[in-house]
This record gives sequence, C-alpha cells and structure tokens, in this order.
Amino acid sequence: MKQYSNVIAAYSIMIILIILVGVFQSWSIALTILNYCLISAVMTMGANIQWGYAGLINFGIMGYTALGGLAVVLVSVAPVGEAWKLGGLNMLACLGIIAGMILSIRQVLKKIEKSKKRNYLVAAIIVIGVLLLRFISAPAIESIESVEPAKTGFLGGLGMPVLFSWIVGGIFAGGLAYIVGKIALGLRADYLAIATLLIAEIIVSIIKHEEWLARGVKNVIGLKRPAPYEIDLQTSPWFINLVEKFHSSKLKLISSISERQDVLKQLVIDASSVYVKLCFAGLFLTVVIILLIITQKALYSPWGRKMRAIRDNEEAASAMGKNVVKEHLLIFILGSAVVGIAGAMMVTNDGLFTPGSYRPMRYTFVIWVMVIVGGTGNNFGAILGGFVVWFLWVQAAPMALFFINLLTAHLPETNEIKIHLINSAPYFRFLLIGIGLLVIMRYRPRGILPEKIIKQ
Amino acid sequence: MDLLNAVIVLLNYTVIPALTYGSQLALGAIFVTLIYGILRFANFATGDMMSFGTMFAVLLTYYFQSLGISFGILPTALLTIPFAIFMMILYMLTIDKFVFSYYRVKKSPPVQLAMVSVGVMFVTQAIIRIIIGPSDRRFLDGEKFILKATEFKEMTGLNEGLTIKSTQAITIIVTIILVSIMFWFLNKTKTGTSMRAYSDNEDLALLSGIDPKKVVLITWVIAGILATIGGILYGLDKSYRPFVYFNNMLPIFAAAIVGGIGNPYGAFLGGYVIAFAEIFLTYAYKRFFIYLLPESLEPNSMIQLLSTDYKFAISFSILVIVLLFRPSGIFEGKKI
Repeated sequence: MKQYSNVIAAYSIMIILIILVGVFQSWSIALTILNYCLISAVMTMGANIQWGYAGLINFGIMGYTALGGLAVVLVSVAPVGEAWKLGGLNMLACLGIIAGMILSIRQVLKKIEKSKKRNYLVAAIIVIGVLLLRFISAPAIESIESVEPAKTGFLGGLGMPVLFSWIVGGIFAGGLAYIVGKIALGLRADYLAIATLLIAEIIVSIIKHEEWLARGVKNVIGLKRPAPYEIDLQTSPWFINLVEKFHSSKLKLISSISERQDVLKQLVIDASSVYVKLCFAGLFLTVVIILLIITQKALYSPWGRKMRAIRDNEEAASAMGKNVVKEHLLIFILGSAVVGIAGAMMVTNDGLFTPGSYRPMRYTFVIWVMVIVGGTGNNFGAILGGFVVWFLWVQAAPMALFFINLLTAHLPETNEIKIHLINSAPYFRFLLIGIGLLVIMRYRPRGILPEKIIKQ
Repeated sequence: MDLLNAVIVLLNYTVIPALTYGSQLALGAIFVTLIYGILRFANFATGDMMSFGTMFAVLLTYYFQSLGISFGILPTALLTIPFAIFMMILYMLTIDKFVFSYYRVKKSPPVQLAMVSVGVMFVTQAIIRIIIGPSDRRFLDGEKFILKATEFKEMTGLNEGLTIKSTQAITIIVTIILVSIMFWFLNKTKTGTSMRAYSDNEDLALLSGIDPKKVVLITWVIAGILATIGGILYGLDKSYRPFVYFNNMLPIFAAAIVGGIGNPYGAFLGGYVIAFAEIFLTYAYKRFFIYLLPESLEPNSMIQLLSTDYKFAISFSILVIVLLFRPSGIFEGKKI
C-alpha cells in the first residue's frame, strides 16, 4: 500500500480540485472538464505506451486523433443514398486502383532485382495510377459534392452505432501507424519527431480538403450519441420526477404553484445537461479503466520487460535475439490505436467533427506536455498528467484574470496596461504550460509520478 | 511572341514568388540547421523565435511611423532591423542561459533538448500573444511595386504583364547579401572555422583549445540575425501573424532536412527546393499552355496537378520521400 501512497494523494488532490470547480463555478463545467480530462488521459496513455515503454517519440498524435474522429463520421452517420448512387461506384473503383497500385509495386519490388528498370517501372505504375485516379474520381467527386451541399455533399457513413466507431477509430489509427512506422521508425529520435509531425499534417490536410469524404472544413454536425439527448430527458416524466425528488426540500419552500413549476423547469434543464455529461463520464471512465488494466498487465508481463530492455539498451536487446524493429513497429501501432480511440471519443463527446480544429499545438504538444509532466513509463502518471495539464489548460485563463485583477487593483479601470492585460488573459495558459514543462523537466525529469520498477 | 508571353506568365506567377518564398524558408532553414549542427538539437521553437524578432520590428515600425521617421521609398521596417536583432539575441541568450545551457553541460540526449525547446515554444508564444496579440498586422510602407503589370505591358508590348513587388526584390537581395556574408564568415574567418570544427567533432575541437562558450554565443548571434531578418522579410511580404509563423516552422524543418540537416548550404538550397515544388505543383498551367499550344489543342481544364489546399502537404511529402531514399538529405548532412 505504501508504494501507492503518492499516487493516491495526487489523485485525491485532482478530484478535490474538480469538485471545487463544481462547487464554485458549476457542476456542468466541472463535468465538462472531467470528461476532457478522461479523454486526454486516454491520449496520454497512448503516447506513454510509445514513449514510456519503448522510447519512441511520436509527434503525430494530432493525425491519429483526427483519424479517430473521421472514423466516427464514417461509421455512425447515415449513408447518403443519392451521393452513393451518383459517385459511389467510382470511388470504390478508385479504392480498387489504389490497392492494385500497392500490390503491383510490391510485386515489382519483389520480382525484379534492384536496377534502373525497376525504378522506371515503379514510377510508371505510380504515374499511370494517379492519372487513372484523377480521371475516374474527378467527375464522381463533383457530383457527390453537389448533392445538397449545404447539408450533405459527402458519401455519409454506414449508419452503425457510434460506440462501434471507437474501435474502428483505433483500427484506422493503427493502420496509419503501420504505414508511418514502416517509413519512419528507422530514423533517429528527433528526426522521427519531425517526420511524424509532418505526416500528421498531411493526414489532417487530406481530411480537411477531401470534402466528399467527411465534408472537410464544412464540418459534420449532429453526430449520434451513446447517451440520451437533453431534450428527450426534459420531457420524460421519470426524469422530472427524479429531479423533483432530489430537490424536494428546496421546492417545498416555494409556495406558489406556478413559481414552483418555473423553478422545477429550470432545475430539470440544468439536471439534464449534468445527467448527459455523467453518462459520458461513465463511458469514458470505463474505457480508461479497461485500458489501465490492460496496460498495467502488459507493462509487468515478460513482454513489457522486453520492451523496457529494448528501450534502455537497443544493442544489448538485439544481441539477446529480440527483434527490435518488429517490436518497435508493434508498439507504435498499439500506442497510435489508443490515441485513435481517444480521437473517436472526443468527437463523440462534442457531437461534431471539425477538421479545421486539428492543430499541432493543441493535439500534439499539449499531449506531450501531459506525458512528460505526469511521468513517463508510468500509466498512473500518464493519466494524472492528462488530468493536471488539461485542468490547468482550462482554468489558466480564469486564474490569470484573478491575478491580473489583484495586481492591478490600484490602477483605474481605464488604464491601458490593465485593459491590455485583461484582454490577453487567455494566452497565459501557454505561459503556464510552458513554464510548467520547463520546471518539471529541470527539477523532476521523470515526471510527477516516476516510473517504478518492481523487483521480482 | 507567344513563347515570350508564356515565359512571362511562368515568371510572374511561379518563378518570382517561389524565389521569394524560397529565400524566406532558406533563412529559417539555415537557422534550424545551425542550431542542430552546433547545439545538437531540433529546435521546435524556431517559428516562434522568428515571430519574436518580427514582433519587435512591427512595434518599432509603428513607433517610428508615429515619430515621422521613414526610409523613403523603402519600408521603415528595414530601419528597425538592428534593434529587433538586438532584442532577439538578448532573448535567445537569456533562454540559453536559463534553459538550454543546463542540459548542454549535462550532455542530455538530443530528444530531451527537443522537448525542452517545446517548453520554450509555449513560453515564447505566450509572451508574443500577451505583448502584441494574435491578430493580423501589416507593417509594410514605402513604394509597393518596382514594376507594375501595366508599365511592363507598355514597355514591351506583350499581352502578359510582369509584376515585381518591392518586397520580393528586397527579400531576394537581402537574402543573397546575408547568406554570402554568413558563408564567408563560416569558411574564411577563424571563428567560423572553429564553429565548423565544433560541429564536426566536439571533443577534438575542445582539445584543440576552442572555447565552447564562445562558439555557443556566436551561434546564437548568427541564429538571431537569421531568424529576425527571415521573419521580417516574410512579414513584409505577406503579413505578420503569430499563428502563421508557428505553422511556417514545418516547411522550414522540411527544407532543413531535405538539404541535409547540419549542412548550411544544403539548408539554403533546400528552402528553394521546397518553395519551387510547392508552387510548381499547385500552379494552374492553363494560361501557360494557351500560349504554347495551337488553338485546336487548347486545354479546357485548369491543368493543375494538385489543388493549392495541399501546398503544405507537398513539402511534407517531399520530406518523406527524401527520408525514405536519402535519409541524410539531398546535399548530404549529418549522419542520421
């Protein structure tokens, strides 16, 4: 028990902070923060699998998150029949052509020896393939995008339950990680960081600009939810009764019936939003706990020990007959898949898919700060990092505002410096996160909850 | 005549913009490559450091304008360059003293330094946004054009006009001067040689009596000059917006790696490789072919290889291809 005391202490502080937000600001805000903390925790666990277990630096978190979000659209949205009729066949043909290109290039690489002829052949396959793709897809894309451009203008998805998309998001992200890993994993650490960051940018720009796929920057709104809708709750009698019972003592104090009805109505509206967020929190917590159990088991299994051995001394592990390349690729895929699940969870939570919002700042660097601050190689630390950093990221602006008001209290309201500082309060979050990262890296380089090696 | 028109079209819409953009990238790429070669880490704060220097130029330009100081037909911003560089170098040296030097002395792995530079990136962004705000700012004044399309048409009697913006000319000329001075410094002076020696083999350099502190100091000074001037030239040509500078870090990295990271010549050329690829692959060649081909063959589509949305994606794809087939860069840099 003693070895877990600081873990318990850190988590208690975090929970108390969130409860304090609930008491002082509102429960709805507190639950929103909690939900995002949980999602961040999943992302951080994904990054921690790569960085903490295997020492692989992946700055492409943004790309996998976006791909997870795309999975939600492709799985849960109802298919657009009109668009499928007009261009579906062509798009499927394109998919076939891409598969054909990959297969034939593989065949050429396998069958023909390294020579100029082989290079020309590969180049020819790519050029012909791209020309064919453009020729087939251009009219199809045009007709798909012209189907009710204000509402649809894309192929739609499969109309399946949204929870299923979380798994698909993981698979998508894992698939991308396979390709990226094949290309980039041999590179030295900082090259790998840059390469993954840039590949993620390519992915996001494709999702942004291929409007037939998921409406691109026009966004997809009104996605399905695994939780009830607020409006349905507000009209269902059991929920109103529940709220009435919960607040009965408070309601009894109000004498006039019409006034009591109004108060009850307001309470129901508030409670419905809290209820929905609680449902999400329950779902996310389940995911976090399942992942935590799996990753903890993996970390202390023979496989986990092998990964740490590879991380700490690649040459020695390789000399002992461990296949370093294969293990790196595997862990790269696993970590990215977890990030993909988190991306799908986030889009489900928001109920909308906005490709324009995927920026490296928010989805790569902040997540990395979480990993470093929380503790590399320690799953509890990774989750804690997600909580702490997200909490600071959200609460930095109010905190900054408070301190600015405190420090400039003696200045008049019209003082230019005061107005300027108050207007720039939102940017203090960058300052806080940056200084936090620098301080942690300098004085506690292994994070708040450092990695623990259990000696057996 | 048609051939001339076609050439002018290409010059006007692709070659000149690409040369300008390439020069701006090249300055940034040399900055990245110097830090990588001598201080041995990938600096993720590159874009924001360039932005930091430019911020002072913008503020000083506004101040000078309010005082009524101007530079004639040239932009006032050019006058502010020395002050902006001074502030930039001061900031860089402060950051180095309080942040980077600790890890350098401890000989931390490059990845750790890269992560630290992410922290510096956050702090720099915050400072910039708190001082100047995130909005778009234009600070170009003086003469806008050297050659206007209508003047060119009158002069030559061609159908197509050639426009040269003064910012384009300034960018290219300043880049050429700056880069030649820098290469002369690196190759011919004693300090430059000692820097190259330090970059090639740190231990041997230390043995032969090179002062590492001096090398680091000079590196930051050169880096500050490159970052500030590169940032100001970009801001004059387009506009100053902190977010855009952060994004520019990515093609700059691509240029540095394509040229072979650690190799300043490679970075310089890499900037142009990236810029030309971006612009040539996204330009719609319709007008070019209308002049060249007989009327019966005239194209009816835009003849655009890729939509301009994919501008950034192109430079990153080039990077991926280079990493795959020639990981040490087209012009051979440090071994990966």
